[in-house]
Amino acid sequence: MPVSPDQEPATFPQYLLANARRFGARPAMRHKDYGIRQSWTWAEMRDEIRRFSLGLAELGLKPGDKVAIAGANRPRLYWAFCAVQALGAIPVPVYSDSVAEEMAYVISHAEARYAIVQDQEQVDKLLSVGDGLSIEKIVYDEERGLAGYDPANLHAIDDVMALGEARLQREGEAPWLETVAGARGSDLAVMLYTSGTTGKPKGVMLSFDNLVVAAKSGIAFDRLSEHEVVIAYLPLAWVGDHVFSYAQSYVAGFCVCCPESAETVDVDRREIAPTYFFAPPRVFENLLTAIMVRMEDAGRVKKAMFDHFIAHGRRVGERILDGRPVSLVDRLRYWLGDICVYGPLKNRMGFTRMRVGYTAGEAIGPEIFRFYRSLGLNLKQLYGQTEASVYITAQPDGEIRADTVGRPSPGVEIRIADSGEVLYRSPGVFVGYYKNEEATQATKSADGWVHTGDAGFFDAEGHLKIIDRANDVGRLKDGSLFAPKYIENKLKFYPNIKEVVAFGDGRDFVAVFLNIDLTSVGSWAERNNVAYGSYQELAAHPRVYEMMQRHVEEVNRDLAGEDVMAGSQIRRFLVLHKELDADDGELTRTQKVRRSFIAERYAPLIEALYDGSKSKYVETEVVFEDGRKGKISATVEIRDVPVFAPAARMKEAAE
Amino acid sequence: MNVHAARQGVFGAARSEDGIARGEPLLVVDNISLAFGGVKAITDVSFDIVKGEIRAIIGPNGAGKTSMLNVINGFYHPQQGTITFRGRSRRRMQPHEAAMQGIARTFQNIALFKGMTTLDNIMTGRITLMKRNMLWQALWHGPAEAEEIAHREAVERIIDFLEIEHIRKVPVGRLPYGLQKRVELGRALAAEPALLLLDEPMAGMNLEEKEDMSRFILDVNRDYGTTIALIEHDMGVVMDLSDRVVVLDYGRKIGDGTPDEVRNNQAVIDAYLGVAHD
Repeated sequence: MPVSPDQEPATFPQYLLANARRFGARPAMRHKDYGIRQSWTWAEMRDEIRRFSLGLAELGLKPGDKVAIAGANRPRLYWAFCAVQALGAIPVPVYSDSVAEEMAYVISHAEARYAIVQDQEQVDKLLSVGDGLSIEKIVYDEERGLAGYDPANLHAIDDVMALGEARLQREGEAPWLETVAGARGSDLAVMLYTSGTTGKPKGVMLSFDNLVVAAKSGIAFDRLSEHEVVIAYLPLAWVGDHVFSYAQSYVAGFCVCCPESAETVDVDRREIAPTYFFAPPRVFENLLTAIMVRMEDAGRVKKAMFDHFIAHGRRVGERILDGRPVSLVDRLRYWLGDICVYGPLKNRMGFTRMRVGYTAGEAIGPEIFRFYRSLGLNLKQLYGQTEASVYITAQPDGEIRADTVGRPSPGVEIRIADSGEVLYRSPGVFVGYYKNEEATQATKSADGWVHTGDAGFFDAEGHLKIIDRANDVGRLKDGSLFAPKYIENKLKFYPNIKEVVAFGDGRDFVAVFLNIDLTSVGSWAERNNVAYGSYQELAAHPRVYEMMQRHVEEVNRDLAGEDVMAGSQIRRFLVLHKELDADDGELTRTQKVRRSFIAERYAPLIEALYDGSKSKYVETEVVFEDGRKGKISATVEIRDVPVFAPAARMKEAAE
Repeated sequence: MNVHAARQGVFGAARSEDGIARGEPLLVVDNISLAFGGVKAITDVSFDIVKGEIRAIIGPNGAGKTSMLNVINGFYHPQQGTITFRGRSRRRMQPHEAAMQGIARTFQNIALFKGMTTLDNIMTGRITLMKRNMLWQALWHGPAEAEEIAHREAVERIIDFLEIEHIRKVPVGRLPYGLQKRVELGRALAAEPALLLLDEPMAGMNLEEKEDMSRFILDVNRDYGTTIALIEHDMGVVMDLSDRVVVLDYGRKIGDGTPDEVRNNQAVIDAYLGVAHD
């Protein structure tokens, strides 16, 4: 029995059929291949997915089976999601760049019987850990390099589709449509493994209802329609990509474009000019850096024009974007700036048609955030989790702040626990962790509240601010809140500061270690005739200390303005004589500070921060890149920093 | 149109119907001697390259390896000996004739058009396959246009194969060395060669670039059956990649066989360790 046209779709395969009727001739997917954009309309995509799905059934895929999916953002891997779901089986996307063992863990935990992968690289990984795995059949997209492989359990997608086509000819489409129509919203849609910075990855089970509701609320919030164009370039296994490039595309009916390759994303984005765009802060940072570097090489006239209009944009751009009053002269100048600078710049970055852009994942530097907004780009922040089907909070148009993550998304309730941890409840909340009842109960309470593991608070306007991981948040002796990462991030937004470690839990006051950024401070030194012979010498230079002191003071002033954080202003700081390095075990391989290790290694320096001394002699063992060990010694200066009374800020603001 | 659907070989089959089966000699070098005035570059060298194999030519500096490649593709004319390619013997041949017969090569020192883009450079590799004359191509309408589109598609397949989409429109002179080498390989592949000559494809590359290049060479050979002769100094690469190795020293052949045989050949070991010659 075919799905009746008036029935509201509840699963993505049902949406696929509905879209093929509603938007049959509209593009559903584009992919640049062999230098040309290939496109598929919703009707064509339905045919492809139906073939693929029937082919998988022919290979023996059964309802409830798990199917691992790994590879780059390619149409056929996105189709794989829907083809698998249409049979009542469950896709389990896996990070394609993860090493074989990590991939093996996820696949064997999920008990996946099938794998649909992009190419030889993924096939090799699966085969290298082969014996221990539950995988019975591997389906691949690109056959290159696979010619000499044992073909027994290896199938090309093309061949699978041919099998599907044969089955379609044999028995018609009715049985398939019946299976699709029989699925319910409460069925399991997908299992997404969280990256697992702490412990083993956990399989987050999301139902169709979770994803459809989350997708719908996001669509309503930003008034998205079938006319949007997005570019899919983030990992398939990440919930953000799954919701933006898959769930929302099916629910709203908009077109998803796949880049030609990972290296061409910047070019592809310029060609496509997405109307709805999502990126972690890193992407925006890199784009801005690339532009600034190129502007340094530009001619005098161009450079002067750029500087002039960018300065003007900074002054009025955000106000215009938010619809606040701006004088006519300023508007005219902004309009002129748009023709001369902002427009070409947006075109260069591929943002010409961007209506809504989001950044999420981690904190974005306020300067970077404001830069894009001053160009007239509607860039916003959101806060989300895999367990919530992304949306927890988002910034509504016209209420954008660089340092908050916005208001609760539609349908989401939020409360702050006594410990400072953020809890939420929404229809998007996950079903549970796969085969991990213990973790499910620890994260999700019986009445549906989910622990985020993040500490935060609501500011005066009702916007949520995330300050740190809940476990890292501590208290000073006087009881005021101490959120190390919040303070560290504020300092790290200064380009001159590379790394920060804040101390304060159970202490009288907050003190920090700073690491200078050699590139940035080095180029400053060059421009200002500061001579230095080594990293150590530059780090200890009095003028560098002055610069660092100014940064710390600015951060203190900032902290003083926030009720919750005013107590944790920085009283003392020092600039470390060596760069924190993963080779020495001070950072993780992903460049995150290993707090406890540093506390142990630099114990004498920490004591010096709190015993009032003005300097301290230390010897530190270092590991060179070739593995040899050596020692460096230095006398590190420690400075006091004035703190600001919360009231001082209030008065300043009132003036 | 969906290009995916057309699953044909990247390099087509234009020149594979020569009646030579896999494993049969594609090229036979017989008693070749080459001298420049009094300097003997190659003396009485004979070996063969069978269809479908990767054949390495190794030897110390000045052993005559590049001269040998130059003889094979008609750039040098040997004073003595014959070369039989696809069953046809010849003494004198011009390089363009070799190209027309299906021999393509890359060079030790990259020889690309620096000011042209990657795409255009690879397009030049198609020149021997273009049927319309210059006048037609200048008009660029009708049959010439259709032909250009077909060639462009073949070139795009090579770009896809070599994973150089991101530099398609970048002038080659601006590219790093490793990528230029890859573009040069692309141009050689564009000619759909029956025999591909690679002169030190990995010289000056770092480990990662070498691994990439090795993979491309293997894939060209395995997936499309192109016969390859390569000169390379990195012994690890040579031993891994090649089916058979011929060793030259002072213009003479001192070893020929599988990598293992060559590795254990005393003359080869002496040549590489530098034993004094009488």
